[in-house]
Amino acid sequence: MNHTILYVIGAVLYIVGAPFLGCLMDGVERKLSARMQGRIGPPVLQPWYDFIKLLNKQVVTVDRAQFFILMSYLVLMVMSGAMFFSGNDLLMTFFVLSTTGTFLYFAAIVPSSPYSSMAASRELIQEVCYEPAVLLLSVGFYLATGTFNARAVFTQNTSLVMFLPGFLAAYLFAMIIKLRISPFDVSTSHHAHQELVQGVTTEMGARNLALFKLAEWYEMVFLYGVVAIFILNSSPVSILAAVLVDLAVFFCFVLIDNTNARVKWENMLGLSWAVTGLCSGVNLLILMMIR
Amino acid sequence: MGKVKKSPWLLHYDGSSCNGCDIEVLATLTPVYDAERFGVVNTGDPLQADILMITGGINQQNAPVVKQLYDQMPRPKVVVAVGTCACSGGVFRECYNMLGGADSTIPIDIYVPGCAARPESIMDGIMKAVELFQKRSDEHDRYEKEHKGEAGPVDPNINTARDKVRMKEMKGAADV
Ligand code: SF4
Repeated sequence: MNHTILYVIGAVLYIVGAPFLGCLMDGVERKLSARMQGRIGPPVLQPWYDFIKLLNKQVVTVDRAQFFILMSYLVLMVMSGAMFFSGNDLLMTFFVLSTTGTFLYFAAIVPSSPYSSMAASRELIQEVCYEPAVLLLSVGFYLATGTFNARAVFTQNTSLVMFLPGFLAAYLFAMIIKLRISPFDVSTSHHAHQELVQGVTTEMGARNLALFKLAEWYEMVFLYGVVAIFILNSSPVSILAAVLVDLAVFFCFVLIDNTNARVKWENMLGLSWAVTGLCSGVNLLILMMIR
Repeated sequence: MGKVKKSPWLLHYDGSSCNGCDIEVLATLTPVYDAERFGVVNTGDPLQADILMITGGINQQNAPVVKQLYDQMPRPKVVVAVGTCACSGGVFRECYNMLGGADSTIPIDIYVPGCAARPESIMDGIMKAVELFQKRSDEHDRYEKEHKGEAGPVDPNINTARDKVRMKEMKGAADV
């Protein structure tokens, strides 16, 4: 009973706090990138200023349906995150997450603009790339803990990373694709130096773009949260360890973003499946053997 | 409402420039000048841009393009002409295909002189544009507040066909 309340608190904290945390992470990322390039960089709160600005702009929409679809995208994203942070079924959570990807695809394809449509199909390819790693992760999780419930990590004596190092590697790789970090920012880039500049957000302006950003912040917090389940165990010290690991991963991702150029989607597909197959596959085999 | 001036997103359009000014515009984004510290983002998308930055003069071929880019930008918006060419046509002014500076086609708010315009003066132009951007946003909000429920404010620089239709409708409504 006591625990149920804790899980509800987890979900509520996520719904309320994730936008702020995500926004802050976004700001720190931009600042860190700038420092890596020898620039001063924007203020840490810059994404927040951008968000406010976007809400103040005149709404010009190519297709009215886009707002509704983006709204569904946001709601589903919040839902999957809340399901995860309340310690629910991991498999179900990831299924909802895949659905959000499809909504983003629809949001990009309804205005039928050539650039947006191209980015939309690339977004689908990105989904094909990261999906296996994410779904296999729940299988590995089940084999290691005997349940799909994410809250099971708190009853483990050792961190899951001991059993699932391959899954962690594959998941981190998938995360680079999911967060659209170069070299895998095939569908949308945050920087204006790629052949398909604004990608899926080409036809999103003002309010719609703000919605997209908000969903991105929710997504970011959720994805970094999933990293934590590899580290967390029954001892409270593991919480600190999980935070530190998340920070390290965050830093590495910014570094990767700044040192790589975009790859072709064919390479992304091949590479991601190879990494998933190798890391997750071998890990899965070993897990099944020792069980 | 809100401090929109902290987040100016630029759209850079290269008219018929010699590319001298374009290189200077890009130079403002490099570590030496780092325009991003003021929140400037060089977006390639008119739908997301706040400030239109034009380099080079306008000729027969790019006039419709510039006009369309301007129309596609949501309000409030500010236009900056960078370099002598964009201000007046510059050295290309007398060419047979030239219409003149950027103001021959769309309304310009800020003129940044120089051939090529120095990054410092471009930054200065951006900062001026940012102030204007905030002012327009405030005006827009005030209007919205005073005229709640009515049709939106009509920009004196009306260009889109839709705006013209709306203007006619509003006139018609006033006549009745
Ligand atoms: S102002 Fe000078 S440098 Fe700039 S585009 Fe014109 S000719 Fe080139």
